[in-house]
Amino acid sequence: MFFDHFNYWITVILFVIGLYTVMSRSNLVKKMIGLSIFQIAVFLLYITMGKIEGGTAPIIIDQPDVIYSNPLPHVLILTAIVVGVATTALGLALVVRIKETFGTIDEDEILQMEETK
Amino acid sequence: MSSLFAQAPILAIILPLLSAPICALFRGATFPWALTTIVSALSFGLSLDLLFYVAEHGAVSYEIGGWAPPYGIEYIADPLSAFVMTIISGISTGVLLFARESILKEVPASRLGFFFSAYLLAIAGMMGITVTGDAFNIFVFLEITSLSSYVLISMGAGTDRRALTAAFQYLIVGTIGATFILIGVGLLYAMTGTLNIADIASQFDQIEDTRPVRAAVGFLVVGFAIKLAMFPFHIWLPNAYTYAPSIVTALFAGTATKVSVYLLIRFIYSMFGADFSFGDLPLTTLLLPFAVVAILSMSVVAIFQDNLKRLLAFSSVAQLGYMILGIALASESGLTASILHMFNHAIVKTGLFLSVGAMFYVTGSVYLKDLAGIGQRMPITTFGFVLGGLALIGVPLTPGFISKWYLVQAVLERGDALGYGLAISMLISSLFAVIYIWRVVELAYFKPSPEGAPTGEAPLTLIIPCWIFILGGFYFGIETSMSVGFAETAAKFLMGALQ
Amino acid sequence: MEEFTSVFLMLLLVASALAVLYVRNLFVATMLLGAVSFIMALIFVTLDAVDVAFTEAAVGAGISTVLYLGTLALVGPHEKGSIKKPVLPLLLSLAVGGVLIYATFEMPIVGSPDTPVQQSRLTERFLVQSLDEIAVPNIVTSVLASYRGFDTFGETTVIFTAGIAVLLILSQVRIRRKEDLADGEVEDEQDSLEAQLAPQIKDTSAPSASPHDLIPHVVAKLLIPFVLLFGFYVQFHGDFGPGGGFQAGVIFAAGFILYSLVFGLEFTQKLLPLRVVEYGLAAGVLLYGGVGVVSMLLGGNFLDYNLLSADPVAGQHLGILLVELGVGITVTAAMVAIFYGFAGRSEVKKKNEVEAK
Repeated sequence: MFFDHFNYWITVILFVIGLYTVMSRSNLVKKMIGLSIFQIAVFLLYITMGKIEGGTAPIIIDQPDVIYSNPLPHVLILTAIVVGVATTALGLALVVRIKETFGTIDEDEILQMEETK
Repeated sequence: MSSLFAQAPILAIILPLLSAPICALFRGATFPWALTTIVSALSFGLSLDLLFYVAEHGAVSYEIGGWAPPYGIEYIADPLSAFVMTIISGISTGVLLFARESILKEVPASRLGFFFSAYLLAIAGMMGITVTGDAFNIFVFLEITSLSSYVLISMGAGTDRRALTAAFQYLIVGTIGATFILIGVGLLYAMTGTLNIADIASQFDQIEDTRPVRAAVGFLVVGFAIKLAMFPFHIWLPNAYTYAPSIVTALFAGTATKVSVYLLIRFIYSMFGADFSFGDLPLTTLLLPFAVVAILSMSVVAIFQDNLKRLLAFSSVAQLGYMILGIALASESGLTASILHMFNHAIVKTGLFLSVGAMFYVTGSVYLKDLAGIGQRMPITTFGFVLGGLALIGVPLTPGFISKWYLVQAVLERGDALGYGLAISMLISSLFAVIYIWRVVELAYFKPSPEGAPTGEAPLTLIIPCWIFILGGFYFGIETSMSVGFAETAAKFLMGALQ
Repeated sequence: MEEFTSVFLMLLLVASALAVLYVRNLFVATMLLGAVSFIMALIFVTLDAVDVAFTEAAVGAGISTVLYLGTLALVGPHEKGSIKKPVLPLLLSLAVGGVLIYATFEMPIVGSPDTPVQQSRLTERFLVQSLDEIAVPNIVTSVLASYRGFDTFGETTVIFTAGIAVLLILSQVRIRRKEDLADGEVEDEQDSLEAQLAPQIKDTSAPSASPHDLIPHVVAKLLIPFVLLFGFYVQFHGDFGPGGGFQAGVIFAAGFILYSLVFGLEFTQKLLPLRVVEYGLAAGVLLYGGVGVVSMLLGGNFLDYNLLSADPVAGQHLGILLVELGVGITVTAAMVAIFYGFAGRSEVKKKNEVEAK
C-alpha cells in the first residue's frame, strides 16, 4: 500500500530539489546542474508508468508466458535524455563564454555589472 | 502534381530540416543565405497551397512512416495550423530578403553557414510544432526550435555581450517551460495510454474529472504561458529580443510567440474541449486578469525604455495580452479576433523590427539618444517606422485597427460590465501606445542629431523588404477579406469540431 | 528483495540530490550529479527499462560529466556563499511539487497491469503485432526507429543543432583584444573554424611522455580499440538487445575523447580533423532524412520502410539499419565536436596565459 505510489513521490522530491536549485542558486553552473536533476525527475515519472509487476525488459524472448513491460515510455525517455544532454551542452557553452566576457558566472554579480554599465 | 501535393505537409518541414545540414557544410557568405531563402520561399509556397486547400476542403491528414495514428505520428493540416504555417514561412522569407546585407554587420562571414543552418532549424521546428498531431512530437520539435533560438540569440554577442546572458536566461526559463509541457503530456499519457491529440481528445470526457488530468492541464497551460511570454512569465523576452541580431529579433517577433499561442488554442479547443476549459476549469477567470495586466502594464513599461528594440519588445508582450484576451473570452468572435491578431501583429512587428534593423545598420546603435534626428538622416526608413507605429496603435486603415475592432466587438458581445471594462482597458492601452510611439517620433523628427552621427539612407536591399511588410500590413488593413476569412474559418473549424 | 533494492536506490538518489544542492565546490557537485545519473540508471534497470538505463549511464553519467568538468576547467569550481531570499523559490518549488503530489493520488498504481498505459491498444500492437510487421526482438528499437521514427529523426536533428550550436558559440576566439593590436594589424575575422580551434601544433611528432603519463598511455592504447569495437557491437546489435544508434554513438565518441584526454588534443585532431567531424554531423542527419526521401520517391510516405525492399519486413530491417546508422554517425560527430569546442577553448586559455607572462 505504501509502495503504490512511492516512485511518484520520489519523482516529486527530486523535482522540487531540482527546481529549487535552479531558482535559488546564483552560480550559473549550479543552475545547470539543478536543471539536469529537474529533468531526471521527469524521466523517472515516465519510466514508472511502463513497469508491470513481474515483468521484464521489452525484448521478446522465445519463452512462453512472459510479461513484458511497456516499451513506449522507454522510447519517449530515450528521446528526452538526448534532448536533455543537448540542452546541457548548449548551456555550458554559453556559461564558458559568459565567464570570458563578464569575468564571473555568478548571476548577482553579472546583474550588478549590467546596472552600472 | 496531386501526388506532390499529398506530400506537401511533410515537405514544408523536411525541406528546411534537411537543408540545414547542407547549409552547415558551406563557409561562404552567399550560398548559405541563398539556400535558406530559396527553401523558405518553397515552404511558403507549399504552406499557402495547403492553406487554400484546407480552407475549402477541411483538414488533411498525413501518416508518417505509413503507420496509422495512434500507432505512428500523424501530421494534420487544418485551417488553423495551415494558417500559422503560412505566417511562419511567409515572415521568414520576407526577413531573409532583408538578411543578406544586414547580417554581415553583426555576425562574421565565416560563421554564416552555421548561422543559417540554425535559422533553417528554427523555422522547420516552428512549422513542425504547428502541423503535428502527436503530443510528444510537439515536445521534440519545440526543443529543436528552442535550441536553435538560444544559439541564434547568442550570436548578438558580437554587438553587445549581454546577448549571452539573455540567451542563457532564455535557456533556463525555456527548458523549465518545455519540461512542464513534458510532464503534462506524461500525465495525460498515464491516464489515456496514447499520445495522439485526437485520440486523447476522444477519451478526454471520461477522464476529465481525475486529478492527474487536472494537474496535466495546469502544467500544460503554464508551460505554454512560459513559452509565449505571457505575463508574468515574460521575463526572458525583453532581453532576448533586445540583444539578438536584428533579423533574428525580426523573425522571432513575428513567429515564435505566435506558435505558442497556437499551441494554447490547439490544446484548449482540440484536446480539452471548450466546455471543460471554460466550464469546469475556469480558464477565463485564470487568463483574463493576466491578459489585462499585460495589456496595461507592459505598454506603460514600454514608454520608459531608452532602447528602441526593448521598447518594441515590451510592446510585443502587451500585444500578446490582446491575443490571450481573445482566447479567454471563450467565444467564436473572440477566437477569431485572437487568430486575426496573430497574423496582423506578425506583419506589423516584423516590419517595425526590420526598420529598426536598418537604423542599426547605418548608425550602429538602437539607443534613443543616438537615434535623435534620425527622421532627417534616414527619412524613408523612419517614415516606415512611423507607419508601423500607427499600425500598432490601431489607427483606421491599419491591420492593428482591424484586429482591435474585432476584439472590441467580441468583448462587447458579453454585454456585461466586465465587457465594457475590458473595452476601456484596450482603449487605455492604445493611448499608451500613442505615447510611446509619439516619444520616438518626436525624438526622430524634432530633436537635433548628435554630433558626428552617421547619415545616409540604408541600402535598398534593406529598405525594400522592410517596406514590403509595412505596405503589406496596410494592404491587409484595407482589404481584409483574406485575413479575416482565414481566421474565421479557423475559429469556426475549431469550435465546430466539438459539436 | 526487489522492492528493498529499489527503495534503497531511490533514497540514495534523494540523498545525493540534496547533497548536490548544498555542496559549494562545483567539482564535488558534478561528481554527485554523475552519481545521481548512475543511480537513476540502476533504478531504470529495476524498472525493466534496459535501453534507457544504458543511455542514461552513457549520456547522463558519462558525457554530461565530461562536459561539466570541461566547463569547470574553464570557469573555476567555486560557488559563492550567500543565498539571498531563498523563500520565494522554496515556496514556488513546493507549490509545484504539491500540484504533482495532488496528481499522484489518483494515478494508477505502480506496476499494476490494469492501467490505461498497459491496456492501451498501442501496447498490443507494439508487443505482439510488431513481430509480424517488423520482426525485431527489441521492441524499443522497433518503436523508436520505425513506428515513431519521425520523433527519432527530430531527436537526431536536436543533436545536430547542439553540435553546431556549441561550435558556433565556442569558436569565436578573440585571442587579442582590438586595443592590443599593433597599428596596421587587422584582426582576421575570416579565420576558419578549424584554424581557430586547432591548437598550435608543437614540434613533436610523438606525444611527450613523462614517467607519470606512462600508465594512462599504455592502458589507453589497450582499451581504446575495445571501446570502439564495443561501440560497433552496440550499434548493430541494437535489434536484439539493448543498444542502438544513440548509445553506440556516445561510446564511440568516448573512445576518441579518451584518446584526446591521454594523448592531447592536437593528435586527436590530426586523427579526426574538425572538418571530418562537421561532415559526420551533417551526414548522419542527411542519411536519416535520405531514407525518408527515398521512401517518398518510391511512392510512399516519408519514412515508410515497407517500400525499401520487395519484402516489407526486409524493408523494415533495412530502414531501421540505415536510420540507426545515421543516428550513430551524427551522435558520434556531435559529441566529438562538442568536446573539441570545450577542449579547444581550454588550449586557447593556456596559450593566452603563456603569452601574458
